[in-house]
Amino acid sequence: MTTPKDFGFNDDINMLKDTYAKFLLEQKTIEALRPSLSGTEDPYHGAPRQAFFDTQNWQKTVELGMHAVAIPEAQGGIGMGLVAATAIAEEIGRSALPTPLSNNLIATFLLRAADTQPAQKLLEEMAEGVSVGLALYGEDGSLEADSTDVQARDGKLVGTAWYVTDAQKCDILIVAAQTQDGVDLFRVNRQAATVSVSPDRIVDLTRDQAGVTFASSDAAPLTEQGQGANCLNNALPALLTLTAADIAGAAEWQLQATADYAKVRQQFERPIGFFQAVKHPIVDMMIAVDETRSLVYQAAAAFDFDPDDAARCAHLAKSSASDTAEFCANRSTQLHGGIGFTWEADVQVYHKRQMHSQFMFGDGIWQRERLADLL
Amino acid sequence: MSDKTLSTEQAEFQAFCRAWLAENKPAPHSTPLPQAAYEVTDPSHLTYLTEWQAKCYEAGLIASDLPKNYGGHGMTGCQQIASTEVRAAGVPYFINWIGLGMAVPTLLECGTEAQKETFLPPIFSAEHIWCQGFSEPGAGSDLASLQASAVKEGDQWVINGSKVWTSLGHFAQYMLLLARQDKSDKYGGITYFLAPMDQPGITVKPIHKMTGESGFNEVFLDNAIVGDHLRVGNVGDGWKVAMATLTSERGAGVGVGAVAGESPMLVMEQVIQLAKDTRRNGRRVWDDPVWRDRIVKVYERTEASLYNGRRARIKALNGGAMRIPLQGKLTGSEISQSLHQIALGILGLKSSLYVGDENAPANGKWPLGYMNTYTGTISGGSSEIQRNILGERVLGLAKSK
Ligand SMILES: Cc1cc2nc3c(=O)[nH]c(=O)nc-3n(C[C@H](O)[C@H](O)[C@H](O)COP(=O)(O)OP(=O)(O)OC[C@H]3O[C@@H](n4cnc5c(N)ncnc54)[C@H](O)[C@@H]3O)c2cc1C
Repeated sequence: MTTPKDFGFNDDINMLKDTYAKFLLEQKTIEALRPSLSGTEDPYHGAPRQAFFDTQNWQKTVELGMHAVAIPEAQGGIGMGLVAATAIAEEIGRSALPTPLSNNLIATFLLRAADTQPAQKLLEEMAEGVSVGLALYGEDGSLEADSTDVQARDGKLVGTAWYVTDAQKCDILIVAAQTQDGVDLFRVNRQAATVSVSPDRIVDLTRDQAGVTFASSDAAPLTEQGQGANCLNNALPALLTLTAADIAGAAEWQLQATADYAKVRQQFERPIGFFQAVKHPIVDMMIAVDETRSLVYQAAAAFDFDPDDAARCAHLAKSSASDTAEFCANRSTQLHGGIGFTWEADVQVYHKRQMHSQFMFGDGIWQRERLADLL
Repeated sequence: MSDKTLSTEQAEFQAFCRAWLAENKPAPHSTPLPQAAYEVTDPSHLTYLTEWQAKCYEAGLIASDLPKNYGGHGMTGCQQIASTEVRAAGVPYFINWIGLGMAVPTLLECGTEAQKETFLPPIFSAEHIWCQGFSEPGAGSDLASLQASAVKEGDQWVINGSKVWTSLGHFAQYMLLLARQDKSDKYGGITYFLAPMDQPGITVKPIHKMTGESGFNEVFLDNAIVGDHLRVGNVGDGWKVAMATLTSERGAGVGVGAVAGESPMLVMEQVIQLAKDTRRNGRRVWDDPVWRDRIVKVYERTEASLYNGRRARIKALNGGAMRIPLQGKLTGSEISQSLHQIALGILGLKSSLYVGDENAPANGKWPLGYMNTYTGTISGGSSEIQRNILGERVLGLAKSK
């Protein structure tokens, strides 16, 4: 099997991408984020920053149907694949949007992989606008499914899930927990009295993250007994591709912002972009972004059209994306000089989002280790 | 493996190419060929490679999509397929790479009807080998500073000066020649010619490369004569025409046939195999995480180039028509260089054994190939110049000249 020449980007998907991009542009996402950042600079004093969540933006996103793009039609969704979801994820990254949409897209593929009645039921609720977060990590932040520190006993969860992204923006959590038969995925109501969310102080200004502790919380299984690890594994290519797409979008923003700055900032009577020590690294940013984008589109197309090759392509995409995130963030700040190092600069917002994304679902080195096993 | 996205005609042509290449793959020459057409100097290699190219042309693998009156085969959407199949088949490269890769696109874009009808067919069949007389001792990266002079006398031009690094100059019947008809106008003083090489006014002298091979030359133009009908474009428009040539040289042109030898994927596979077959510290090099990471990083970039090629043709996703194509030569040559550096590292001291040493792995292919990767990073505009071009033309940064 092979992937289509256009990576599966048909007219519908191009229109979807344009619609969402236009919507985000109108939303002026960074401007909207700014008020939440003022007065929260000092890391040594004061209360943790309240994670910014523009609920109106989320409502409109749901009205536009973006949340349901990859939910099967049978569950009330639009029934498109990873190619469409990837197109959206790239736009989220480009606008550095704090949104539960990223995790909802990821959760959609996790639930599709689970392929059980309760998973379908949750997809139906998501189609209605219920928002889902992922509690998959143990303390060491490793992606191996059995590293979860949460235990399931008689339909109740006990323990703490770490690094739960956008925990404060979701209604339902999908939790990986140890059972007698291995790992299963469960659904838990995030607002239940037995569930406590303690926000992490994180570097990234565009996401929230928390430790979530379950004190004998009611939980319903989403996977067949002992199938959680399998399910995670099957959905992994989608998780990686969506995260890589977010990085690609943000990196393209970093490229354009840095190129624009190099055209207007004058030193030594010339725009700094004249100097090759500035010009060449910006070109290298472009090369990095383009490699990542091509691998992301190929990974999405492989997932939808050539599943046997999906894992390899997804590791390739995230391998490239993680390195691109690090490189573009680094150069974008450096080439902006002092201004790029300030709290006021937008490059710092993207820089920190990339620092976070780089390590989500494994960094470049981790991906390459997995890839080597496939070669 | 069949490709669902091909039309019936294309699928049939693809099947034909595969069958034809499998059946007609020539027996190896009695002495090893150099790694690329840039380095061919042995006349018996020339004969062997010319025959091979002519055969491929006859079969429709070259000039597949061009109209019949230019010597083409009049198909549509087939050249890409032919080129891909040729590259994957492990067959010899096409000797007339300057003709195919540079003269053809230049003539198609800027030549007269008469020039196209006369010059294109013998390029396809390799009856006429072409060379490129752009660089001069004083004009490399700053090509427009070239000094070779062209003076009009009646209906012909008299050319004086010297060219350097002229690949295939020793075999060529024709040269893509840049010469200056006006010393006072740097860019507007250049005119583009198709110069016949077989004449008393032209002397060709070989230069040796760091590998010990030759393949490029000094060319002395001493009252060389070029008819005015062999001028491409108007007098003084040579720089514009040269841009058409260079765009193709840098991999962003239309393409009429595969000119490269081994595909990057093929070399990549060989390097992975090398790592699996080589032992160090009591284990396979492939099992050393540091080496794995280095190798797989280049594998990732090789795959990315492949999909960049696909994305470049998708308007909605390519970020502008020239953004990806203009990266092709730069990334391709740098990836190839890293790949060869890795191969040398895997071999360690064994990489010291050069071509001709009986113990040299793959007969010295890796050190030789490594040195020859500088052809890619220097010629046709160095990597530094490519970064200037990308920064200026694609990203709109301030021009450095
Ligand atoms: C194997 C081989 C085959 C060739 N074949 C042909 C051929 O067939 N026909 C032909 O016409 N030419 C040919 N060339 C010539 C080739 O195009 C030139 O070598 C090339 O353009 C560089 O010019 P130069 O050698 O004069 O180096 P220079 O221009 O002197 O460059 C020296 C160094 O300075 C750097 N540099 C120069 N200017 C700048 C700048 N503005 N910004 C940043 N860095 C800069 C270069 O990147 C390089 O690293 C060939 C070269 C090689 C190596």
